[in-house]
Amino acid sequence: MAGYEGKSFKWIGTRPVRPDGVDKVTGRANYGADMNLPGQLTGRILRSPHAHAKILSIDTSKAEKLKGVKAVITGKDFPDMHNGVLPGDEGVNFHYLSCNIMARNKVLYDGHAVAAVAAASAAIAEEALALIDVKYEVLPHVIDVDESLKPGAPLLHDDIFTTGVTPKPDKPSNVVQRVQMQLGDPDAAFKDADIVIERTFKSKAVHQGYIEPHAVVAEWSEDGQCRIWCSSQGHFMVRTLTARLLKMEVAQIRVMPAEIGGGFGGKTIIFIEPTAVLLARKAERPVRIVMSRDEVFRGTGPAPGTSIDVKIGAKKDGTLVAATGEFRYQAGAFPGSPVGAACMAAFGPYALTHVRAVGYEAVTNRPLCYSYRAPGAPLASFAVESIIDEIAQRLNLDPLELRIKNGSKEGTQMVYGPKLKAVGNLECLKAIQNHPINKIPLGPNQGRGLAAGFWFNLGGQSSAVVNIAEDGTATIMTGSPDIGGSRASMALMAAEVLGIDYTKVRPIVGDTAAVGFCEITHGSRVTFATGMAIIQAAEDVVLQCRQRVAKMWEVDVDAVKWEDGHALPAGANAGDQKPLSLAQIAAKAARTGGPLVGSAAINAGGAGPAFGVHICDVEVDPETGHVTVLRYVAAQDAGKAIHPSYVEGQIQGGVAQGVGWALNEEYIYGADGRLQNSGFLDYRIPVASDLPMIDAIILEVPNPGHPFGVRGVGEVPIVPPLGAIANAVARATGVRMVDLPLTPPKILAAIDAKK
Amino acid sequence: MARIVLSDEFGRQFAGGQTHFDLDVRDVRHLVRTLDEMFPGIGEQLEAGAIAIDNEIIPDPWLNPIQPDSEVFFLPAIKGG
Repeated sequence: MAGYEGKSFKWIGTRPVRPDGVDKVTGRANYGADMNLPGQLTGRILRSPHAHAKILSIDTSKAEKLKGVKAVITGKDFPDMHNGVLPGDEGVNFHYLSCNIMARNKVLYDGHAVAAVAAASAAIAEEALALIDVKYEVLPHVIDVDESLKPGAPLLHDDIFTTGVTPKPDKPSNVVQRVQMQLGDPDAAFKDADIVIERTFKSKAVHQGYIEPHAVVAEWSEDGQCRIWCSSQGHFMVRTLTARLLKMEVAQIRVMPAEIGGGFGGKTIIFIEPTAVLLARKAERPVRIVMSRDEVFRGTGPAPGTSIDVKIGAKKDGTLVAATGEFRYQAGAFPGSPVGAACMAAFGPYALTHVRAVGYEAVTNRPLCYSYRAPGAPLASFAVESIIDEIAQRLNLDPLELRIKNGSKEGTQMVYGPKLKAVGNLECLKAIQNHPINKIPLGPNQGRGLAAGFWFNLGGQSSAVVNIAEDGTATIMTGSPDIGGSRASMALMAAEVLGIDYTKVRPIVGDTAAVGFCEITHGSRVTFATGMAIIQAAEDVVLQCRQRVAKMWEVDVDAVKWEDGHALPAGANAGDQKPLSLAQIAAKAARTGGPLVGSAAINAGGAGPAFGVHICDVEVDPETGHVTVLRYVAAQDAGKAIHPSYVEGQIQGGVAQGVGWALNEEYIYGADGRLQNSGFLDYRIPVASDLPMIDAIILEVPNPGHPFGVRGVGEVPIVPPLGAIANAVARATGVRMVDLPLTPPKILAAIDAKK
Repeated sequence: MARIVLSDEFGRQFAGGQTHFDLDVRDVRHLVRTLDEMFPGIGEQLEAGAIAIDNEIIPDPWLNPIQPDSEVFFLPAIKGG
């Protein structure tokens, strides 16, 4: 990408006040649950109390007769969908998606929706749910991924035949797919190793833990148009999926994006929107559904539990010679685990010529497995980084030096095939090596842990519009929900290209009828891809300004250049002209061709992968097993940090979530397959007092695929913390823990076993 | 001719275990069509995943050009969080 190399930036890299800040701190910002319409009804969803059961019958007659109940729906109200993935479906099996939103013949997990009501009040809706009589035949269930992979496990679906194996199975099973990728011949190469370490690692499902529960308001008008207000990571996604599931035309639905109180991947799919739309149509009134926290845990899309074998061999000098991994990932009740990405990302920080990653995905009786920051990578990284640390420990080598010696860099071939372009893995390792934390002496029961992480980052489809007002100020609009500060980044990029003050740019997230299509906000793609659309839309405005000024000066457009928000003569051929500011040009827009509107619609390639390296110190209480995180430092290659405070925030947020994943968080199921900890009292995410100040170091190795060098930054910070914390605990206790989370009882048991 | 690399499972499933091919193709559309003619049924599977051309992962590939010296890998689909 040309045009900005060597340019000194005026706005990029600064830290102005966020444009959404005032509304958020004053409570004016509208989240999903803040929307209310006249005549609105309350929607409630009846959920399965069983992990796995046939639905024998659903009798809604008593609920329908209750005064104040305006609509009751079940799976029969949803259209049947094709069971499979058709070309153009973006990998979505709409039959499964529909059955997840409302169960048909079977319930597949505790919390699976079976019916819904819309009523005049929440109390009436709750009473109506209690009047719905569902008769079940309870079936055996399976939740652990290793158990689900076994022949003879309780079968969830009779239409899943494992892909990726030959011959193609003729019997259904829970095993959705097998994937494999390989470089060289690791089995032969292990023979050259002086040390080979192999371990099995386990983990439980975890939730993204966003603070804002899912919420939606749906309303129909008399002409068959439907409007939806909700918070999501992609209102165009909500529109598309809802239209497909309800067999509506896409343009019949308009989705208004609310502010979003956290998503982290969990809001890149829909759970309640079609239900609200159907209830609203049946009741002929607006319907609002707001999930309770219990419903969020039981009925959305937590990340997978896993079982992973990793084997790595090294020479005595620390040179890695071979590595293999088998990654077994829960899929939840329907296919969709990120096991492919896990295989691709697991060994990403290392330059390996002999490496194999094999993945298995199995459906289980827990909620749909869906995305959580860098989907699949944190758990794979935990296993690999634990073994890397153990190799360094056993060979008495510095774990940082070992990682630098073997670190992937530009030209390294990844296990999935392509070679890396310019990346900042080694730069991150050296930044950590030079950090003062390494000089702090450790006390008794304290340990220092290190881990590296990799994530691909994504591009994709984005649209943007830049509208110049008559005074030269700008309103910029995209369709990418702002979940991590993207509005500030968009405004900074527009200000840079237009050459006007950041405060003169107002960034807006437009609804599905106001702006062109944008893919979901995921994969660390928005600042990269939607930012690229903003840059191009702003460049479109600049070109139009030069064209208008060329008309005014009666010269060729090439005789007009753009600098610092002004049109200037490019040379003597323009004559002796005074600079014209954007405001001056905008003031004459009506006379020179009409409004100044720039737009861009792109499918962005060139996303640059991200690396992060984390180091932390912990102290383990030998009497309680409690782990205190004393210090935490995270270095990450951002390519170019558009707004460094937001990059630091992404790093700190990823670390906080990763620490919770390492130490506390897990879905706990009873023997009956019911979730035991569906609230934040029992499912403990870290709070501020659990964490030290997280020192975020931003490295900038420009991504050649972006005009400003941007890489996505939101995903990779959650990859290394699991390994870094586990390695620190191992160093503190002398015991290598392989089963996440590292809860006090597990640590105490491990310490006792060592004695 | 461009170097085309299938995943191990696609090679096993459709191409008798072969994963590396040298093909004279213009773009991704032409490549997928060519492979589907060689191994019926593989085209639909390939279109569901991602692709890397000359070390760059391409979202929704179709008309992207493939040069005679290009290296092309078919990859599993990647979702972000």
